[in-house]
Amino acid sequence: MSISRREGWTLVLCALAFVALAGLPKLGNAYLLTLGMSVAMYTVLATSWALFSGPTHYISLATGAFYGLGAYVVASGIEIWPYPLLVAVAGLGGVLLALAVGVATLRLSGVYFVIFTLGLAEFVRQIVTWVQNNFSGSRGLYVLTSLQDRHIYWQLLALAALVLLVGWAVRRSRLGFALRIIGDDELVAAHSGINAPRAKLLLFMVSGGMAALTGAVMAPRFTYIEPAMAFSPELSFQVVIMALLGGVHRLWGPLIGVVPFTLLWELISAKFPTQTVLLLGLCFLLIVYVIPHGIVGLLEKGLAWARGRGKAGRHG
Amino acid sequence: MTDILITGVLLGATYALMAMGLTLQYGVARIMNLANGEMLVAGAFGAFWFFSGHKLSPYLAMGVVVPAAFLLNWLIYRLLLAPLVRRAKNRGQLEVDSILATFGMSFVMVGLFLTLFGGNFFSYSYLAVPVQIFGSAFGLNRVVAFGAAVLICGGLYALLSASRLGMAIRAVAVDPAAAALVAIDVPRVSAFSFALGGAVTAAAGVVLSSFLTLDASIGVMFTMKALIIVIMGGVGEVRGAVLAALILGLAETAVATLIDPGLTLAAAYALFIAVLLLRPQGLLGRRVS
Repeated sequence: MSISRREGWTLVLCALAFVALAGLPKLGNAYLLTLGMSVAMYTVLATSWALFSGPTHYISLATGAFYGLGAYVVASGIEIWPYPLLVAVAGLGGVLLALAVGVATLRLSGVYFVIFTLGLAEFVRQIVTWVQNNFSGSRGLYVLTSLQDRHIYWQLLALAALVLLVGWAVRRSRLGFALRIIGDDELVAAHSGINAPRAKLLLFMVSGGMAALTGAVMAPRFTYIEPAMAFSPELSFQVVIMALLGGVHRLWGPLIGVVPFTLLWELISAKFPTQTVLLLGLCFLLIVYVIPHGIVGLLEKGLAWARGRGKAGRHG
Repeated sequence: MTDILITGVLLGATYALMAMGLTLQYGVARIMNLANGEMLVAGAFGAFWFFSGHKLSPYLAMGVVVPAAFLLNWLIYRLLLAPLVRRAKNRGQLEVDSILATFGMSFVMVGLFLTLFGGNFFSYSYLAVPVQIFGSAFGLNRVVAFGAAVLICGGLYALLSASRLGMAIRAVAVDPAAAALVAIDVPRVSAFSFALGGAVTAAAGVVLSSFLTLDASIGVMFTMKALIIVIMGGVGEVRGAVLAALILGLAETAVATLIDPGLTLAAAYALFIAVLLLRPQGLLGRRVS
């Protein structure tokens, strides 16, 4: 695997950007740090979502389930095992859950997958609640660690760097190429000897593992975890909106959606707390009807138009 | 044991009605409608409003709620979904677009319900008197709901299998391109099926509201159940959907009585997983090559 000059520079610039972002806690502004955590968290979730759903067009609504699973693994084991080990276990749990879901659904058409993932968070929540009610006595769990907000922020930032690197590597690999063909036409993919279910499954496992890791990293921030909080379905929908808003056909597309949406959402939940569901729905409709290829798609279209005009100007 | 069987069958009939609405929308109009459960809640809200405000029986309220739902769904199809059908290059593209669009609609509807009715649970007491069946007592409202669901399902089945319009609907369900070749106006039949499906779903909401407690955001649970029934029965298979609805009604009642009422969706999910692994084409569905 060779790296071109241009890619090398991009890598260096990205690394510099991450170092600069890591300095955010030094500013000492608690509000900015909270905002930074949200942006970093949604970047990881939306980018890893787009890693799978972008090329394959399989819309996953299970982010909340993976995230909740990760948070729950950390919460249930925090008094027995060391935190880093728990984070690793949580990631593995996410990978295994994705494997189970994928084996059941990814051989079939996309609709089955969407429906299955739509209910997954609620399914896991009902089982966790039932187990807690019957076997452990208490409903919620305390997550007490010595980790502070800035530590969580750094971990999220590291995860964001990891997910971008993984996405970059996948795009360059045979797997990424196979997935793009599957997304264009699964029949063609099958005829060129691609094992489509296997390729989809692999990437879904990467995506699920990432979401579970994010939940695990965020767990100490909750302090107290309850099934209804950890397995919130709203998270899955927000992640889908952010990724689609940015554009899923580029690796950095979701990031473009995450930043404005997180800021906007902060404003909306402060000003219109009772109307969040309605506004979330309107965002969905706006994306489907007005910007189906996301902000990145709009930018590319604008750029192509400007170039075409420039050429036309020279010739005319 | 008989209790579980009878309660399960009574519940299953209403589920069959709900799933029939979705079958019409997905099997014929090719729209995977994730706002289906919200249409059901809208029907239930309508019945609730007529009952508490005007002392009107839910079954009389149906006379207003169902035509209103038909009109609303026809407008939704014409204004919001038909453009997506025209824009889509293939069925996969249409599926992704319609899933996202109806998903947005479901959120908008939940938001409207919350604004109009608030976030509280709502229920009303209608025919809440016990009747004896095989020595056990059941709510009369559940028995009447069963009768209504059976009547509506029977009427629909007759419409689909014996009328000219029903034949056109079935033809579009099998193959829209071929249906157009024999002079069936496919866009019109699709719009009609979508509207009819929405009206049937709203009717199921009215029926359910007579014995269940609902709230503004419960729609997605019913969407899930309807989807599971439709897939379990085989997409586009009306008889399969009825059979699957009865199985789901029985399974849910059994789990709620024997293990824990909090696990009803988990029960539906277990069935769903079994179907996906063992018989993905559905109980009565034909295997597609």
